This record gives sequence, structure tokens and C-alpha cells, in this order.
Amino acid sequence: MSTNTIVSLPDQSTARIPKTNFITKENGLLSWLLTGDHKRIAILYLISITFFFFIGGALAGLIRLELLTPQSDLMATDTYNKVFTMHGVVMIFLFLVPSVPATLGNFLIPIMLGAKDLALPKINLLSWYLYVVGGILVLYTMISGGVDTGWTFTTPLSTHYVNTNVMSTGLAVFIAGFSSIFTGLNFIVTIHKMRCPGMTWFRMPLFVWAHYAASILMVLGTPVLAIAIVLVALERTVGIGVFDPTKGGDPLLFQHLFWFYSHPAVYIMILPGMGVISEVISTFSRKRVFGYTAVAFSSVAIAVFGFFVWAHHMFIMGISNYAMLVFSLLTMLVAVPSAIKIFNWTFTLYKGSITFETPMLYAFGFMGLFTIGGLTGVFLGTSGTDIHLTETYFIVAHFHFVMVGGMLMAFLAGIHFWWPKITGRMYPEKISQLAAVVTFIGFNFTFFPQFILGTLGMPRRYAAYPPEFQVLNVFSTAGATILGVGYLLPVLYLTWSLKYGEIAGNNPWQATGLEWQIQSPPLTENFTTIPIMDHEAYDYEWLENQTLTNQNLENQKAKEVASVG
Amino acid sequence: MSDSTATVNGAPEAHGIPHGHEEHPAYLRHHFASVEQQADTTNFAMWLFLLTEIMFFGGLFTAYLIYRNWYYPAFVAASHQLNIFWGTANTGVLISSSFTMAMGVWCAETRRKSGLVLCLVLTFVLGLVFLGIKTIEYSEKVEKHHVPGFHYSVQAFTNPASDPETYKEYKDKPMPLDMARHTELYFFLYFAMTGMHALHMIIGIAILGFMIFRARAGAYTTGHVTFVENFGLYWHFVDIVWIFLFPLLYLISRHQ
Amino acid sequence: MSEITHQPAENHGEHEHHVTPPIVYIIVFAILLVCTGLTVGASYIEMGVFNPIVALAIGVFKATLVILFFMGVKYSTKLTKLTLGAGLFTFLALIFMTLSDYISRAWGRW
Repeated sequence: MSTNTIVSLPDQSTARIPKTNFITKENGLLSWLLTGDHKRIAILYLISITFFFFIGGALAGLIRLELLTPQSDLMATDTYNKVFTMHGVVMIFLFLVPSVPATLGNFLIPIMLGAKDLALPKINLLSWYLYVVGGILVLYTMISGGVDTGWTFTTPLSTHYVNTNVMSTGLAVFIAGFSSIFTGLNFIVTIHKMRCPGMTWFRMPLFVWAHYAASILMVLGTPVLAIAIVLVALERTVGIGVFDPTKGGDPLLFQHLFWFYSHPAVYIMILPGMGVISEVISTFSRKRVFGYTAVAFSSVAIAVFGFFVWAHHMFIMGISNYAMLVFSLLTMLVAVPSAIKIFNWTFTLYKGSITFETPMLYAFGFMGLFTIGGLTGVFLGTSGTDIHLTETYFIVAHFHFVMVGGMLMAFLAGIHFWWPKITGRMYPEKISQLAAVVTFIGFNFTFFPQFILGTLGMPRRYAAYPPEFQVLNVFSTAGATILGVGYLLPVLYLTWSLKYGEIAGNNPWQATGLEWQIQSPPLTENFTTIPIMDHEAYDYEWLENQTLTNQNLENQKAKEVASVG
Repeated sequence: MSDSTATVNGAPEAHGIPHGHEEHPAYLRHHFASVEQQADTTNFAMWLFLLTEIMFFGGLFTAYLIYRNWYYPAFVAASHQLNIFWGTANTGVLISSSFTMAMGVWCAETRRKSGLVLCLVLTFVLGLVFLGIKTIEYSEKVEKHHVPGFHYSVQAFTNPASDPETYKEYKDKPMPLDMARHTELYFFLYFAMTGMHALHMIIGIAILGFMIFRARAGAYTTGHVTFVENFGLYWHFVDIVWIFLFPLLYLISRHQ
Repeated sequence: MSEITHQPAENHGEHEHHVTPPIVYIIVFAILLVCTGLTVGASYIEMGVFNPIVALAIGVFKATLVILFFMGVKYSTKLTKLTLGAGLFTFLALIFMTLSDYISRAWGRW
């Protein structure tokens, strides 16, 4: 590992956290629970999603423990069904969907745009409360018997054949969905209407573009999930027949409505992570993101194309051959903008001054693992191969590569990158680099064998499997243990850093972006005067001039003090 | 380089300076730079919310189109059970309420307080009339056992003569049982779509009640019209949903 | 200096707030009522495959009037029009692409 670093901290013997900041502004639980400050809401979200992440992680641990042996011996198969269902529901709706947008997006977007807050602060707070209510309902579901339909609620299983808590889970997802809608709505309005003078669309950080695209998906896609859940609820309670073949209904209609949201949902989950990666790669190669316009437009393209490919989740479900053809072709199309981003990040690295701080390690992990996950997505988008690979562990590996190897790594990259800004303190670099490497190793051990298992034919969502698959499953579980350690470490050292971390100062990374020009932690109103954006995004020359000017100003002051004294 | 991007650690409270009341009215939230920005922003936010509503109803329209395509004879016969007089009347009522709402916005914009209150009250009353008519229609369905899942009866379709009122008008032929059973799907969509619509009406009427109260206090006729305008957008949207529900549910085919 | 620049966001220039005169509302109201009558009448006439087309066409016309005049989109910013367009586009995508599956099922296996 290179000892080269760009970190530039103030003199630790004299540096202090600024006395007035958004954390010290007001005290008391109510000032946090009734806040309109986007930064406080971001922290509320951070605490809650971390909580649910570990619940989802514990459920994952149970899955991997069960799969150590070919028999369904740790738990009954019904229980296993409940465990993987809750794992999916918790991880997707309570962790991945809100992860970057509700924490980093909420915290940073107003600051990156030069605004004092999001456009609709009360809606922002409402969004968090809806999330909490959704989360509590999920917890209620878990303690009251769980639900075992899979997170996809496929009909007619979920409407006619299970006696578990479909209703409460459906309600939880419905409510959490509105949390997501309000967050997205808030972002779109803020990005359109609250940019500071001089902040044109093409001067915004790519982080903002990514969130804009994800927000469009949140606003337009989530309501369709809502109506799908309402229909399932009506079918279960009243028995109207809308998804019941015996009454002339079509179970596939549910899937069309469900996947119409759930496919864009995967882009809702990944786009904000891609936004983080743009920022991190630029900062740690000291270079403008290559092809800013291409990356910005590719975010929007992913959002638009992402609406037209949902039936690739339904290839074996009974859609017509013509639909299979059309959706398969369109799926090929949606891979292109994602690939454009990977190429652009790679070209950003080329001839950059690369250093390997923790966020950059996670970013490298993202680029490799997301590429693998994305390419395997192309295999799955081809309906001919999908027929054989779907509902096997190949799919499980594919989406864990993009979501865990991709999105979760991006989330950790972002948390580490902006930790100094949020808390005013640096995390401990050596142990966090170690945690990143441990995570990467653990991840590969966990999920790479699952690609092989899938091609060999091991079905997903099965507690028992043929004994010849055991070796790979044991590898996978071993990897999961390592991965768990890798995720636990940040919780520990980040909490430690709150008290003992080095004081970060305004701009420890020497990064561009308006958030690095203000104090750490920021003031409640972010800026004392609304900034005027007069330079392009990722303008490292402007940053150098700025630093030189500040340096001159300080030297000037020092001279004046010396001459007076 | 502008020094407005430089920071001052521990800066004094940004709102320590006094504002003139004209440039900083009470309803201007502090994160907005001007009243125009706030009005623009909230208006845009309401449009985005309406987008979510479009997509929410979209799922129901999709279900409707599919099942109408599959079970057309059942849908035709079932739609004959809806009373065209009440349906047309309701359409008229809702269009009128949209008119009164638009006039209400005009009154707010031109600072006519009593005009605004009158228009809001009329809109409120028309909304209640709509719900009243819907109640009449729904209770009729309950009586005839046309509520899906609650002792649903296909008798009116397998033996149309057993329903003399409808039979007199449409002279439907008796339908085979398997197709007649699909009328339940039609009624499910009828109740789901009009029910969801009615729910939105109820919420709208409740907000109207609140607005009438505030309008009488003069809250909307002093230049701050955004609440009335944005609510108007919501109300017109609910009207548009009905503009499509009416032909799709009531007017499938009324000819012999 | 801690002064706040009272500058509105750059993108929303000097959009004049258009106040639609009541006569426009009255005319639109009348047309809407007439169209309602038309659409009821049309449902009593046997037009084969054109029945749903006419019904939807009248519905779209009525909705357009409400959108343009009651909701003021005719005089609104480009952003509002774009937003509405995006919503309609996604709505139509949902309906048409889902229907494409159902309609093509009847075409047989190839």
C-alpha cells in the first residue's frame, strides 16, 4: 500500500471543532425529532438504516449458517423461507433504497448546490417518520410470525396459498415507499429550484446528477408498487379474483406491476452509489471526471431506459415470446450507460495522481465488482441463457455483486469520504483500509462461488440442496463470516472516531465542491452568505488558486500582527 | 473568485439582521431567497406529487384495459348495471366543481375574499353532492349483490330477465356462467377505481373545509395564493381521473 | 459580512404570473358539459371498434381542456409542461408495454 496521501489536516495541537455547528446548535431529543435541518435528518436516517442493515445482516448470517449443510437441519424449510424473505425486504426497502439518498443525499445536496436546506424540510422530516413506521411494521412482522413469500410477493402464492403476514409486510413496504417518494420529490424540486447563482446544471457535482436521476425513478416508479400492494391486499382480504386464475384473473399482472417498480428500484439503489464513486475517484486521482457530460447524461439515460426493461424478471413466467424478445433487446440497451460510466471513471484514473485512502479502496472495489455484476446481468438479460440461470444461485450472485459489491461499497466509500465533513473528525485510516480489504476478500469468498453454484444448477430459496454443492456453500459461508467482520469494523472505529478522531478541518481531502469550502461540521444554515458559483465542477486549478489566495491572506494577516506587535 | 465562498468559523447567526416586512413576509420560509422562489418551488412540488398520482392510478387503468380486452361481453353486461343518469350527473357535478375551483383561484389572485369563500363553499358542496350520488350508486350495488367477495351474484347476467329495470333498457342475452363470473372482475375494478377516486375526493373535501376556514380569515387574498392554486391543481387532477373513469366504466357500450 | 443576497434561483427568471380571465373558464366549462353529453350520446350509437376510440378521444379532449385552462398549463413554465409530459409518457409506457405482452400472447408461439 502506498504511503502517499493527499490528506491535509490542520495542526492538531491547536485545531478545534467549530463551537457553532448544526450539532451544537440546539440540544435535546425534541430538537432532533422535530428538526427541519436536512443534516440532522440525514443523521437520523443514518442511525436507523444502520440498525436495519444489521438486522438484515443477521438474517443473512442465518441463511448462510443453514446452507452449511445440504439438509434443512438448522431450521424448518418454512422458517428458512421467512428468513430469506425478511432478509430481502429489510435489505432492499429499509437499507439499499434509502442508503445513500437519505443519508448522504440529504446531507450534501443542499450544500453542493449552495442552498440553505432542501426545498421542503417538513416533507423531509415526514419522510423519515414514514421510514421509521415502515421499519417498525417490518419488525412487527418478524416477531409475529414473519412472511415467507420471498420479497417479490409473487402471486398467487402471496394472495392465496400462504398464511403468513403478507398484509403487515405489504403495509410496511407501502409506507416505506412513500418515504422514498417524498425524498425523491424533495430532491427534484431542490435541484431545479434551489441552485445558488452561477450553479448551472453542468456545474453541479455528478453526485447531484445521479440523485436527480434516481429521484425521477423514485417519484414515477414507486406509486406502481403501491398499487400492486393494494391489489394484493384486496385479493387476500376480499378475494376479488384480480390475480386468481380460477376467477379469470392473471397472476402475471401482479408481476408486471411489481417489476415495473422493482426494476427501476435497482437503479434507484445503484445510481446514488455511482454518484459517490464519481466524487471519490475524482478526488483521489486529483483529476476532473473524464467526460462530465457523458456521465451526467448516462445517469439520466439509465433512469429512462430503466423503465422499459422490467419484464426481464419474468422471462420464465409466461409472458409472450414477442415480449421476451422486446424486453431482452431493451435490456441490452440499458447496460450501455452503466458501461459508459465505468469507462469514464477508468479514463479519469488514467494519468491521475492516485492515492489509496479508504474511500478510494472502496471505489476500486466498486468498479471491479460492479463490472462483474453488470456483465453477468447481460447474461441474464439474454432470454436464452436466462431460462437456465434464472431462479438459481447465479441470479443471487449477480444481484449481490451489484448491490453489495457495488452499492454497499459505494455507500461505505461515501460514509468514509464525507465523515470528516459530517462529524469534523477523521476516521482512523489504517484500520479502515484494513476493513476495506477484509470486506473485499470476504465478499469475493461469499459470492463468487455462488456464480458457480448457479451454473451447476443449485436453485435459489432452497434450504436443502444436493450434497455435491456443499463445498462451494461452505466456502460461501466462510466468506460471509469474513464479510461480517469487515462490516462490523467500521461501526466500531467510526463510533470511536467521534471522540478520538483527528480534527479534520474544512477540506482534509483538498477536494473541490462547495461542501469542502465550509466548516466541518457545517453550520445549520450551511452558508453564512449564499455562494456564487463561478467555476466548473472538479476544477482543481480553481482550488489551487483558492488555497494560494487563502495562504496569502493568512501570511498577510501574520505580517500585520507581527508589524503591529 | 468570490469571497462569498470563504467561510468564517463560528459565524454569527445569519438572521441577526432585521428584515423589512415587505421583503420578508411572515409566510416566507427562511431557506428561500424570495417569495417567488417559494411559490415556484411549492407549485413544482405539487406537480411532482400529481405525477405520483398519475402512476398510482396507472396500475388500475392497466388492470382495467387487460380485463376489458379479455372479458368484453362480461364488461358490457356489467356496465349496463351502472345507472347512466347518476353517472352523467356526477360527471356534471365534478366538472362544475372544477369550474368553481378555478374561479376560486381567480378570486384569490384578484384578492376577492368573499368571492373566494363563495367559490370554495360551492366546490365543497359539489364535492359532497358527488359523494352523495356515489353513495346512492354503491348502495344499489350492495342491494343487488354486485359487491365482489361479498355474496356476489351473477344472476342478473345469467338470467337478465331477473333484473327487469336493466333488461327493459338493454335486452341483454343470457350469458354462459363462465363469462358471467367475470363480471365480478368488472365490479372489482369499478369499486377499486371509483373507490380510490372517492378517497381522493374525501381528502380534497377535508382540505377544502380547512381552506374555507382560512379564506374567511383572509389568508389567501393578501397576495399569498399558492395554497389555493396548488390545491386547485390537485382538485382538477381528481376531476380528470373521473373524466376517464366515466366513459371507461359507464359508457362501454350502451347500444342495443 | 452576513448578508443574504435576495436573489431567486437562477433558472426561474421573470415568469409573469398569468391570471386567466373568468370568461375563459366559463367557455371551457360549457365545452366540457357539451362534450359530456356527446360522449354519452356516442355510447348509444353502434360504431364497432370506434366506440372506445371515440370515447377515449373525447375524454382526452376534455382532460386537455382542464389541463390547459383550469390547471393553467397553457401559461405555465416550460418546466411544468415538461414535468407533465414526463408523467404522461411514463403512464403510457406502463400501459402500452404491459398490454404488449397480453396482446402478443394471442399470436401464438412464433
